[in-house]
Amino acid sequence: MKMKRVAELLAAEVCCGAELLESEVHSACGSDMMSDVLAYVKDQAVLLTGLVNPQVVRTAVMMDMRCIVFVRSKAPTPEMLALAEDSGLVVMKTSKRMYEACGVLYADGLRLSEAN
Amino acid sequence: MGEPLTFHFDVDGDNFTSAGEASLSMKKNLRQLGISPEIIRRVSIAMYEGEINMVIHAGGGTADVTVHSDRIEILLADRGPGIENIDLAMREGFSTAPENIRNLGFGAGMGLPNMKKNTDSLVVDTALGVGTTIRMTVLI
Ligand SMILES: Nc1ncnc2c1ncn2[C@@H]1O[C@H](COP(=O)(O)OP(=O)(O)OP(=O)(O)O)[C@@H](O)[C@H]1O
Ligand SMILES: [Mg+2]
Repeated sequence: MKMKRVAELLAAEVCCGAELLESEVHSACGSDMMSDVLAYVKDQAVLLTGLVNPQVVRTAVMMDMRCIVFVRSKAPTPEMLALAEDSGLVVMKTSKRMYEACGVLYADGLRLSEAN
Repeated sequence: MGEPLTFHFDVDGDNFTSAGEASLSMKKNLRQLGISPEIIRRVSIAMYEGEINMVIHAGGGTADVTVHSDRIEILLADRGPGIENIDLAMREGFSTAPENIRNLGFGAGMGLPNMKKNTDSLVVDTALGVGTTIRMTVLI
């Protein structure tokens, strides 16, 4: 799925990385615990989260993720966006809650991992 | 690669916002050295977990990374409180992190087991009231 489609499905506002929206992503995960993302996630390209701090961006970079979606209209800080931009990450925010945001993407074919 | 390359980082313990800066810089260095993405990811995850631990449990410390032709060594050293029971600390789910750390997205007790999982060797040297040194090796 193109990241452009992710933004469309979630009616999300793209905060940075708009030039990367044509690239494809194949998997996603949702969590507010970065501990769990670091420990359990493998090869997920999109991180959906309600947590807002710079560690969210650094965690996504460490995991080689491509896109962060902030749910419940949580707004990333300018510092976080600068970090994301520097690492070539797309950042979006949506007013949808975690459950719905994940559900919408899952129903449209974005799964847990490419292999599943 | 001939001589090993060394990288030194000071990890600020007073500032959670900057936690992870050393790991992020190191990740960029490894990319520039042309190390494979899978190795970079394992080093990044292990170092980041260790760096966050130094910030939330030990008041900061230092990170020294050495890139050899056949392996990458990560040495994390702090003068924090030390780890009382290392066998317990290595268990998934064991954490002494307070509520405020969990609200920041950490403190699930997954860090040390994840460091072990992502490295080929992990040696912990710790003493109560003195500090903790963790040496990790990832084979290239
Ligand atoms: N550098 C350190 N100095 C002192 N204690 C430490 C240090 N690193 C880890 N510990 C102790 O070991 C426990 C387990 O660490 P681990 O990284 O596995 O979990 P955590 O940091 O509590 O949570 P998570 O890593 O999931 O965010 C910690 O809760 C803490 O009590
Ligand atoms: Mg930890």
